[in-house]
Amino acid sequence: MAITPAEVGRLAELARISMTPDELAQLAPQLEVILESVARVTEVAAGDVPPTSHALPLTNVFRADEVTGSLPVADVLAAAPAAEDDRFRVPRILGEQA
Amino acid sequence: MNPLLMLTASELSQMLRAGEVSAREITAAHLDRIAAVDGDIHSFLAVDSERALATAEALDDRRAAGEELDELAGIPIAVKDLFCYTGLPTTAGSRILEGWRPPYNATLTERVLDAGLVVLGKTNLDEFAMGSSTESSGYGPTRNPWDRTRIPGGSGGGSAAALAAFEAPLALGTDTGGSIRQPASVTGTVGVKPTYGATSRYGVIAMASSLDTPGPCARTVLDAALLHRVIAGWDPRDSTSINAAVPDVVGAARRADVKGLRIGVVKEFGGEGYQPGVEQRFREALSVLEGLGAEIVEVSCPHFDYALATYYLIMPAEVSSNLARFDAMRYGLRVGDDGERSAEEVMSLTRGAGFGAEVKRRIILGTYALSSGYYDAYYGSAQKVRTLIVRDFEAAFEQVDVLVSPSTPTTAFGLGERIDDPLAMYKADLCTIPSNMAGNAAGSFPCGLSPDDGLPVGFQVMAPALADDRVYLVGAALEAELGRRWGGLLIDQLASREVSA
Amino acid sequence: MSDELMSYDAALELFDPVLGLEVHVELNTASKMFCGCSTAFGGAPNSQTCPVCLGLPGSLPVVNAKAIESAIRIGLALNCEIAGWCRFARKNYFYPDMTKDFQTSQYDEPIAFEGGVDVEVDGETYQIPIERAHMEEDAGKLLHVGGSTGRIQGADYSLVDYNRAGVPLIEIVTKPVRGTGAKAPQVAKAYVALLRDLMRALDVSDVRMEQGSLRCDANVSLMPKGSSELGLRTETKNVNSLRSIEAALTYEIRRQATILASGGRVHQETRHWHEDGSYTSPGRSKEQAEDYRYFPEPDLVPVAPSAGWVEELRATLPEPPAARQARLQGEWGFTDLEMRDVVNGGGLDLIDATVAAGCAAQPARKWWTTELTRRANEAGLELDELAITPVQVAALQALVDAGTLNDKLARQVIDGVLAGEGEPAEVVEARGLAVVSDDGALAAAVERAIEANPDVADRIREGKVQAAGALIGAVMKEMRGQADAGRVRELILAKLAQV
Ligand SMILES: [Mg+2]
Ligand SMILES: [Zn+2]
Repeated sequence: MAITPAEVGRLAELARISMTPDELAQLAPQLEVILESVARVTEVAAGDVPPTSHALPLTNVFRADEVTGSLPVADVLAAAPAAEDDRFRVPRILGEQA
Repeated sequence: MNPLLMLTASELSQMLRAGEVSAREITAAHLDRIAAVDGDIHSFLAVDSERALATAEALDDRRAAGEELDELAGIPIAVKDLFCYTGLPTTAGSRILEGWRPPYNATLTERVLDAGLVVLGKTNLDEFAMGSSTESSGYGPTRNPWDRTRIPGGSGGGSAAALAAFEAPLALGTDTGGSIRQPASVTGTVGVKPTYGATSRYGVIAMASSLDTPGPCARTVLDAALLHRVIAGWDPRDSTSINAAVPDVVGAARRADVKGLRIGVVKEFGGEGYQPGVEQRFREALSVLEGLGAEIVEVSCPHFDYALATYYLIMPAEVSSNLARFDAMRYGLRVGDDGERSAEEVMSLTRGAGFGAEVKRRIILGTYALSSGYYDAYYGSAQKVRTLIVRDFEAAFEQVDVLVSPSTPTTAFGLGERIDDPLAMYKADLCTIPSNMAGNAAGSFPCGLSPDDGLPVGFQVMAPALADDRVYLVGAALEAELGRRWGGLLIDQLASREVSA
Repeated sequence: MSDELMSYDAALELFDPVLGLEVHVELNTASKMFCGCSTAFGGAPNSQTCPVCLGLPGSLPVVNAKAIESAIRIGLALNCEIAGWCRFARKNYFYPDMTKDFQTSQYDEPIAFEGGVDVEVDGETYQIPIERAHMEEDAGKLLHVGGSTGRIQGADYSLVDYNRAGVPLIEIVTKPVRGTGAKAPQVAKAYVALLRDLMRALDVSDVRMEQGSLRCDANVSLMPKGSSELGLRTETKNVNSLRSIEAALTYEIRRQATILASGGRVHQETRHWHEDGSYTSPGRSKEQAEDYRYFPEPDLVPVAPSAGWVEELRATLPEPPAARQARLQGEWGFTDLEMRDVVNGGGLDLIDATVAAGCAAQPARKWWTTELTRRANEAGLELDELAITPVQVAALQALVDAGTLNDKLARQVIDGVLAGEGEPAEVVEARGLAVVSDDGALAAAVERAIEANPDVADRIREGKVQAAGALIGAVMKEMRGQADAGRVRELILAKLAQV
């Protein structure tokens, strides 16, 4: 299960993290070691074991459909790196929506 | 050292109510202490002196006016910098959130403020709570007050060190894989991870949603229980919060009686990789409990051996998704926005610059585990093994009332020692992770100094979900009996070293 | 642009289209899917946002119960099975309009699945198999600044308003729809129209396509005649009117047929419909498939509707639109043609309410499908947005029936009601519009008309009764329309002894 720097690069792209070639080269063998170690889970994960996504089996937790108010717009935009006309200003977008 | 600093929250509370001391004096003493030692320890990322003093004074006025206040009103508290608090920047220990002021409070922040606790400031942590040493903080490491060349544990190293350095009597922590218990263990303090869902996660910056559990940190079991009582309970803003009565943890901490209690020693947690001095102190604590009338049996939980591997699939998967929002669009750092670069590039550059190595490692790992083609083998398998761990606990709790183990295999390791060896670092959470997987309650309590290096050893108690009181019961019994033998708390030994120095 | 394309008829001689429709319906809950912010349309930018829908660090979602109810009711109305246990999932991808950089959606455990509905086109019934209906949240709205087009391409930067972020959506996905032949575009249009009517009848959505509360992505692929192997499909995004669904699919079928017929290959991709030029253009290629890394949403607990709850909700379902239409057509005695005009014009509910208010069916139909439809068109409004209610239309017709108003006066009364002058009776009073029924005044006017038109009078005397029209016109003109033309005719004929 060799992880190449190129593969790490693809994951980094998917995760939107720019990484230097040095970082990729350093991370690849670390990931490989970690993945080798965590692959143990497959030893005991038999087909008939149901998965657990939540520790406690709660279901049907809902809230009533009530308007409880919003933040003041000034608070909403207070931390924005850039804003214009009460909207968040973001750099131009190249890709299209999924 | 100001003698007020060495008192427990419970003792300070009694004095406050008796009018023997003011909240202002207590707060001022702690702020002075922070000013004196924190340059060296670096527990705090932000200290809120003015507001803390003003809050304390207001509480003194209310008490003087005869108002009925919570038992912990006027007691200072340090808050891990993962809890949203409008009064101070909330950074999660990350440069990507440097200076961010949340426009809302976490539910637990709110509860602590409502109870009249005095927030001293925000404490250091591993970046986004990812680590076992607080070295991954974007703002520099915290040092262990017992030995400043050692780590204070992590991710809640700041909170634990603040307690051990007598900068605060109480602190808030969060525990995803051991981030409350492991720092408590290596600093000779008390830390409890409540049942998952017993404490609200609303407003606590998420690492791994299905595991994150906020909880109390203190120097004594009773203090932890008093804080637990304030913060626990249903929160309609957290869908995973449990709508049930909080067990009587304060009563359990006061009762401190283990007669007839069946205590199971987890067979899998010992031997290779465990420091002999840690095992020795652990065994001694067992015989103390036995001497108090508890029944000690050995229990096997075979899938606990897989807990670490399971954790390092589930946690990074959730991390990779939870941390996606730090994308430079709405808040936090933005790098490379020169008018030419696209949003996509700015996101990548910002995340590349703003996240540290451990955070990147976990995001990439989680991205891998969730990506198509690997999901079933990794994430899917991990969720199945999680079931097996839950079943191990269920089987064990049919035989015994609580399970015990060392909190962590070794005492505090040296700063820098494991930073380039992620797997070695991850092993610090070997014994704590199973309870995060199953969501049950667990705590770490001091059980002595390891004879091989003179550093604190932690004793872990694990109880079934919603039986958090049993954790306190055992912890309090141990604390009381060891206290009789030592003539005080373990942490007092650290205080007396400072006095004599 | 479409000049170079093969004709639609030629395309359909060579290929069979296979449809796939994804419809997003914005629910009309008061608050958002996971927080208490208002969903009202048109608020000031970012004024309907909070830590949860802004995805601020630490915030957590809590599911809106009404949204779950609506989802189950929609599922039932689409004849779907309702999951006994299902979860939300995170669909992970980065985009500035999504505050968490994942969409909380459903993946392999939709709340409703395996259903189907029938639609009718030109008297023929087509089965639309439904694969699933699942819950998810809407994204914020982007405004692209700079560049020439206001579109994303060439923009200098973008502005984001997150008021829509977190508004509950139901995504309804069909299985491949085959066997529609040349009718494919019409079937697609009829299906979306049916969904619109269904959502309206369920009262779960405002279904305003122009406001984006009902959005359609139309997939189509072509199979060579006689083959059963699916071709590569394109997905035309956000086709946001019934008319454009038909037009966009017609265009896509011609475009794909032209490529395939010349030995080319259709690219699996998303395409954009250009309303102005009536063509589609390529968007993102789907060949490098996105990896959304779906996993169960750990911040939410599973939804497990009990059988009892589902049955309770089933009992709240309105009559299915097709059954209701058939029933009403029978009750009203409309012809098929009349009924189709009523349904297509969006007048069904209005006529139903008008009839319920005491009006006969034919006059109710006449008012809504002619006079009021014309006014709505002039004002650029939907029929039900006109400032006149079914009760007022029924009152108007009652005045006509009583002889107080004739058609011309009734139209003036509509002017008054639309102008906000009050109820029909009040408008009649205020504008003095009632028909003159004083025979004395009418008789005098008839007298004058006969005197002024002796030739016409003579012809009537000779038995040419149809010539009375000219005299009636003269009298009506003198009475400024405020007379009952029938009565005027009676008086003229009596006067000229033709009764
Ligand atoms: Mg969708
Ligand atoms: Zn909101």
